[in-house]
Amino acid sequence: MTLAVEVRQLTRRFGRFTAVEAISFDVSAGEVFGFLGANGAGKTTAIRMLTGLLAPTSGSARVAGFDVLTQTADVRRHIGYMSQRFSLYDDLTVWENSRLYGGVYGLSDRMIEERGQAMLDTLDLAHAAHSLVGRLPLGWKQKLAFSVALLHEPAVVFLDEPSGGVDPVTRRQLWEMIYAAATRGTTIFVTTHYMDEAEYCDRVCMMVDGRIAAMGTPSELKREHGVASLDELFVRVARATAAEGG
Amino acid sequence: MPAGGTRLGALRSFMLKEVRHLLRDRQTLLILLLLPLAQVIVFGFAMRTDINDVRIAFVDPVPDALTLALRGRFAGSGQFTEVAVLPGTRELEDVFRRGDADAALIFEPGFADRIGRHESGKLMLVTDASDPNTASRIQAYASAVVTAYGASLGSSSLGSSALVPPVEVRGRMRYNPTLESVNLFVPGLIALVLTLVSALMSAISLSREKERGTLEVLLVSPIRPWQIILGKVLPYLVLALANVGTALLAARVVFGVPMRGSLALLLGASLVYSLVGLALGVLIAARTSSQRAAMLGAMVGTMMPSTLLSGMVFPIASLPGWLQLVTVVIPARWFIVIVRGIMLRGVGLTELWMEMTVLAVMLAVLLAAAIRSFSARLGNQ
Repeated sequence: MTLAVEVRQLTRRFGRFTAVEAISFDVSAGEVFGFLGANGAGKTTAIRMLTGLLAPTSGSARVAGFDVLTQTADVRRHIGYMSQRFSLYDDLTVWENSRLYGGVYGLSDRMIEERGQAMLDTLDLAHAAHSLVGRLPLGWKQKLAFSVALLHEPAVVFLDEPSGGVDPVTRRQLWEMIYAAATRGTTIFVTTHYMDEAEYCDRVCMMVDGRIAAMGTPSELKREHGVASLDELFVRVARATAAEGG
Repeated sequence: MPAGGTRLGALRSFMLKEVRHLLRDRQTLLILLLLPLAQVIVFGFAMRTDINDVRIAFVDPVPDALTLALRGRFAGSGQFTEVAVLPGTRELEDVFRRGDADAALIFEPGFADRIGRHESGKLMLVTDASDPNTASRIQAYASAVVTAYGASLGSSSLGSSALVPPVEVRGRMRYNPTLESVNLFVPGLIALVLTLVSALMSAISLSREKERGTLEVLLVSPIRPWQIILGKVLPYLVLALANVGTALLAARVVFGVPMRGSLALLLGASLVYSLVGLALGVLIAARTSSQRAAMLGAMVGTMMPSTLLSGMVFPIASLPGWLQLVTVVIPARWFIVIVRGIMLRGVGLTELWMEMTVLAVMLAVLLAAAIRSFSARLGNQ
């Protein structure tokens, strides 16, 4: 099985503060990998390094087969990204947003036309192609943002808390879309602090204070630690690390 | 797999999006398009140093033929309107306090008799000096009226020296303040409009993307920082040049401001100056963390110096020495010299090469700094 993400001893310091400390892990192609942790645990810093927004202090990482430090341009061409904050433009229409991101990722006009149309059909949004994104309900916006992030068919897509602020029904639909993408071979790297969502992942990695506190499939982890849910496990590892640190 | 040749495609798509933003925000666009027109017209009329319709009160305790004739002269001058004729100075105080008059001319009793006896007729001109510039100009106008009247009496039995008022007259009326001031202002206004459109708008538009989080998504994509900057800058550049055209046209049609030099050179200089402004805007956006801060930064950092320290309003020669030194780093100061040179004196590159070089150097430095701070700030922190 090929590796979509390889992380080795990746570290990032800000002055004397270590945000991410020597983390190592692999993600296989087509996997849904959950990157969990409380706010400030180092999730966002790790994602920023993997997407080439931030240079690591030490260690290395390869994404889609390219080194994030030396082959940043190649990495960028092969990944998709959906930020924590809404990443589409409210004052542009659904179609114009797709055009923009398709163009930014170097798709030809014809490809944008075809894939954009297919995307709208799948989302059942064809009727709203020419409405402003700002007028869409939040749930639609998130689904659209996710689809747009996949328009250039990236090998790996990074989702930074994709379901923040959406209703349970939309969250479920969003996760169905995530699974569908994974089935087509896209690797999903998703951060969340909703532990029920973490249960949907093939594998999860729990970050506490910049380090990996637990990693494995949800069922493995629950069995190993003798807990009923990931939620329970999360509270336990967070507490253990806090006790150790203090 | 994405297709090759992404460079141009990314830039084109990004620019298209910027144009759409610009066209979609109708209100802002309308303001930006009408701004130069409004500014030239409003500033042009407001800044004219000419004064019309001065409300004058007369204190004429004992009216006689001569005081009536002089009052008639004021009324007939076209610049003064008689608002009150008072018997004594005590009432005058109230008139001024209520703001009913801008100036008052006080005759002493027996004015005509004194002049008839070849003595000097005494007059006193009082002005409301809460606005000193206006007051001194009113003094000048009033003196001119009195002097002209004195001269007309001079040939008869009276000595013209008899009516010389206690104010300076000479020189004031000789040049045409209206025309001159508009001519001097239009170049400054062009600089101001360009600064506004380029620096302020680019700072706002870029910091909006930063605040909204869309910039992060763009930075993760294959589009390069210079493409983002160029894509932001070009649409505003077109707008800025359109604005120069509007301002020039308005100045020409409304005030008859001449255009003696090369229009192409003027547009070229405007292009360089706008790019300087745009680079400044990008730099400000990169250094600030919110739209509001970026806007304030652009106002204080570019608009204020462009208005106050550029020679637009206050001549640079009249500034204190250390402040004159500060003006050297203000792009508008050089740009205004260029525009005035081209428009009013009709000179070309031979005479303006130094100012052009200064602007070009500023552009190179700022652009490098902008791209650098932009990538550094968002890429490696």
